[in-house]
Amino acid sequence: MPETTAAPVAGTATPTDPMIALRGLTKAFDGQDRPAVDHLDLDVPRGEIVVLVGPSGCGKTTTLKMINRIIEPTSGEVFIDGQPTSARPAHELRRDLGYVIQQVGLFPHKTIAQNIATVPRLLGWDRDRIRARTAELLERVDLEPELASRYPSELSGGQRQRVGVARALAADPPVLLMDEPYGAVDPLVRGRLQDQLLELQRELGKTIVFVTHDIDEAIKLGDRIAILNVGGVLEQYAPPAEILREPANDFVRSFLGAERALKQLSLQAVGDAELVRGPVVAADESATAARSVAQAEGVDWVGVLDGERLRGWLWTDDLEDGRRVGDHATRDFRVMVDHATSLRGALDAIVTSRNQVAVVVDDDRYRGMLFIEDVARRLTLSGGGRANRRATPAVSEDRA
Amino acid sequence: MGAAEDGAVRQLAGDTLTWLTDPGRWDVTSVAGIPFRTLQHLGVSVSAILLACVLAVPLALHLAHRRRAEALASSVVNIGRAIPSFGLIVLFWLLATRTGWVGTQFWPLVLALTALALPPVFTNTYTAVREVDAATVEAARGMGYTEAQVLRRIELPLASPVILAGIRIAFVQVVATTAIGAIVTNGGGLGRYVVDGFARGVAGRPTVLAGALLLATLTLLADGAFGLVERLLLPDGVRDDARRADVANRVGAAG
Amino acid sequence: MTGVLAQARPLLEWDWVGRNGELLWELTRQHLYFTGMAVGIGLAISLALSVVALRWRATLTPILGFGSVLYTIPSLALFALLLPVLGIGDALAITALVTYTILILVRNIVAGIDGVPREVIEAADGMGYRPARRFLEIELPLAMPVVVAGLRIASVTVIGLVTVTALIGRGGLGALILRGFRTLPPFPTMIVVGTLLSVVLAITVDLLLLGVERALTPWARRKTAP
Repeated sequence: MPETTAAPVAGTATPTDPMIALRGLTKAFDGQDRPAVDHLDLDVPRGEIVVLVGPSGCGKTTTLKMINRIIEPTSGEVFIDGQPTSARPAHELRRDLGYVIQQVGLFPHKTIAQNIATVPRLLGWDRDRIRARTAELLERVDLEPELASRYPSELSGGQRQRVGVARALAADPPVLLMDEPYGAVDPLVRGRLQDQLLELQRELGKTIVFVTHDIDEAIKLGDRIAILNVGGVLEQYAPPAEILREPANDFVRSFLGAERALKQLSLQAVGDAELVRGPVVAADESATAARSVAQAEGVDWVGVLDGERLRGWLWTDDLEDGRRVGDHATRDFRVMVDHATSLRGALDAIVTSRNQVAVVVDDDRYRGMLFIEDVARRLTLSGGGRANRRATPAVSEDRA
Repeated sequence: MGAAEDGAVRQLAGDTLTWLTDPGRWDVTSVAGIPFRTLQHLGVSVSAILLACVLAVPLALHLAHRRRAEALASSVVNIGRAIPSFGLIVLFWLLATRTGWVGTQFWPLVLALTALALPPVFTNTYTAVREVDAATVEAARGMGYTEAQVLRRIELPLASPVILAGIRIAFVQVVATTAIGAIVTNGGGLGRYVVDGFARGVAGRPTVLAGALLLATLTLLADGAFGLVERLLLPDGVRDDARRADVANRVGAAG
Repeated sequence: MTGVLAQARPLLEWDWVGRNGELLWELTRQHLYFTGMAVGIGLAISLALSVVALRWRATLTPILGFGSVLYTIPSLALFALLLPVLGIGDALAITALVTYTILILVRNIVAGIDGVPREVIEAADGMGYRPARRFLEIELPLAMPVVVAGLRIASVTVIGLVTVTALIGRGGLGALILRGFRTLPPFPTMIVVGTLLSVVLAITVDLLLLGVERALTPWARRKTAP
C-alpha cells in the first residue's frame, strides 16, 4: 500500500497528492485501556470516495470525527491539502469540510432553505448569492423548489437526508465527510440515495470520506475501502475489486462474508460483461431460418428483433412454415435489465423471476443476452468452456 | 453599610434571639406560645391535605385508569395556580361569615387550603397512573387481572412515587400558605407572629423575624419529614423513582 | 358579630365597580408592574444561573437545591426575612417575588437546552458554529417552548403571590382584597373583584405568553411529515 507510506509534501499539490492524509492518528478515550484509534496512517486521494468500514468499536466514526476535529486526536496529525488541521481554529476548518451525519441533524426551527444556507451564512455570503446557491442545490439533490420554505418536520426521512447532503455541499467544500448517512433509512430509499450520491460525485468530483458498517454499501460506493478492525487497526486499504479478489487476511475474509464472489458481481455492470447475441432473428426472416438459428444455439425458442428492439420470443414448435417470424404472436421476456445494472442485480432479477436468462437493453436497443450459466461461470471462476445454453426465457410451467 | 445601620441590624438580631429564647414562648400551656402555634399550624395543614387527598386521589385514580378527562387533568393545575391563595382565603372567610354554616376560624381556612391543594394532587395522581408502562398493564391484563386488580395491584404501586411526590408538593404549599391565614383568622399558626409583628411596625420587627424563622424552619422540616414518610410508604421496587419524581415535580404552586 | 354585619352587603356591587374603574386600573397596573419586574429580573438571574449550570454540570444540583429552598419558604416568611435588609418598599416585594421564579425558570431553561437533539448540536459543530453563536442561534430557539412554558408557570405563580405583598403595604389587587377585609363591616365587592381580577390577569398573561410562544416557534405547528 504505497499510499499509506508517502509523506505529505506541502505546497506541491499535484493531482496525485492526497487530499487528506492521516499520520499516526491516535485517540485514547479516558477510562478505556485500549485506544479507539491507534497510529492510523491513511491517504485519501483527491476526488475519490474512500469508505471506512468495520465492526462496531473499530474507530471508524472516531477517525472521521478527528478529520473535522469534532473529536480532537490524542496524538498524530491530519493534513488537508498538505496543511495540518491543527493549524487553524476548528470552526474555520469545519466550514471548509462538508459534514453529513446519520440522524441528519437538520435544524428543526429553520426552513429547508435556511438549513442549506447555514455555512454560506456563517461565511458571510450576501443574500442574493445565498438564495441562488440554495435553489441550485435543491435542484441538484432532486428536491422540488417548493420545499425551500418548509420545515424539516414536514419532510420524509429520505428527503431530509438529501437536504443534509445539500447543506453539506452549500459552500462547495472540496471535502465531504459522511458518517453513516444512510443508516437510518429503509433499504429501498437507501439504494436511491446511494445512486444519487454516485451521480453527484460524477458531476462534482469531491473528496469524500464515508463511514459505514455495511460492506455492501462500501463496495457499491467506494473507490477505495479501508477495512478497520477493533481498536482502529487498518487491516486492508484497497479498491473494492482488489479487496474482494485478494483479501489481505482472515479478518478481512470473514468481514467480507461468505458471499465474497457474489459481492464481486456487484462491481461489474452487465454491459461490460461478455454478452452473447443469443438465438434472435429479425422479424422479416422466414420460419425456417429461425429454426436453424435456434438449432445452432442449442435451444428450442427464438427471440424476434424489430430493428434494434427485441419484441419478444416464441417456441420453435409454434413456428408455421411459409410465414415470416414477425407474423407470429410472441411472448414477452420476463427479465429485461439495463446495461448499467450490476451483474449481481441482473442475477437477482433472473433468480427472483425463476428464470434463466436476462435480456440486456440500452434504452430500447437490444444489447445481448445474459444467461444464468454465464454468471455462474464467473462465480466459480473455473472458466470451464462455454456454458450450456439449454435455458429458456420461460419458467417450466409455460411448456405445459 | 453605615455604622448606625450595622448597629441597628445587630440590635434586631439580638432582640430576635431574646424573643426566641424567652422560656415563656416555649410554654406548652400558653395559647400564644410556640408549641401551641406550631400544633395549630400543623393541625390546619394536615387537615387540609388529608381532605384534599380523600377528594382528589380516588377520583384521579379512577379517571386515569379509565383514560377519561385528560384535558381536565392537564388544565386543572394551571387554573389552580391562577387563583391567588390570599384572595381565596379571604373569600372563604367571607362566605363563612355570611352563611354561618361553619365557624369563622378553623374551617374557612382549611377549606380554602384544601381547594388550593386539590389541583396539584389531582393532576399528579392522574399523570402518575397514565405514565405507568403500558406494556406492564397489558401484561397484567393478559394474565387475567380484573380491572380493579390492575388498578390496585399494578397501577397504584407503580404510580405511588409520583402520587406521593405530588402530595408532598401540595403539603409543603399548604404549610406555607397556612401562615397567610393569620391575616384573616386567629388560626394561621406561626403566621400569627409575622402578621402581628407587622401590625406593630418597627417595634414588632423582632417578632416578625422570629416568626419568619420559625415558619421557614417548619416548612423545610415538613418537606423533609414528608420525604421520610415517602420512603416508608413506598414499595421496595419503586423507591428509587421517588427522588426522580420529586425533582421533576417540585414546582406545584408557591405559597 | 361580623357575620351579621357582613350580611348587609351583597357579594358584588356593580355600581361600585363602575365608579372605581380608575382605581381598579391603577391597582391592575401596579400588579402587572410587580409581576413584570419580578419575572424579568428572575429570568435574567435564571439565565445566568442556567449558563453556569450547563457549563459546569456539577453546579446544577446545588443550584436547583437552592432554588428549591427559596421556593419552599413561605412568602410571608420571606417578606419578613428580607425586611431588615431591604426595608418596607417595592424592592422588598419584588425581591421576594423573584425568589419564587428561580427554581421554575432554571429548571425549564436547563431542561429546554438539554432537550435539543444531540445530532442537531453535532451538525452545528460540524458546520463550524462557535459556542456562543450556537447557543443563541440553535439551542436557545429550540429550547424556547420549554423556556416559555416555565415563564408561564412563573408569571402565573407570581401574579397570585403579588396579592400577599398587600401585607407590606403593596400588593396591587391584593391591597384591594385586604382593604375589603379590613373595612368595618367587610366590603365583599372589594374582596371578590380583587380576587377575580387577579385570576383574569393570570389567565390573560398565560394566554399572551402562549401566543408569544406560538409566534416564536412557527416550526412546531407544522407537522405533516409523511
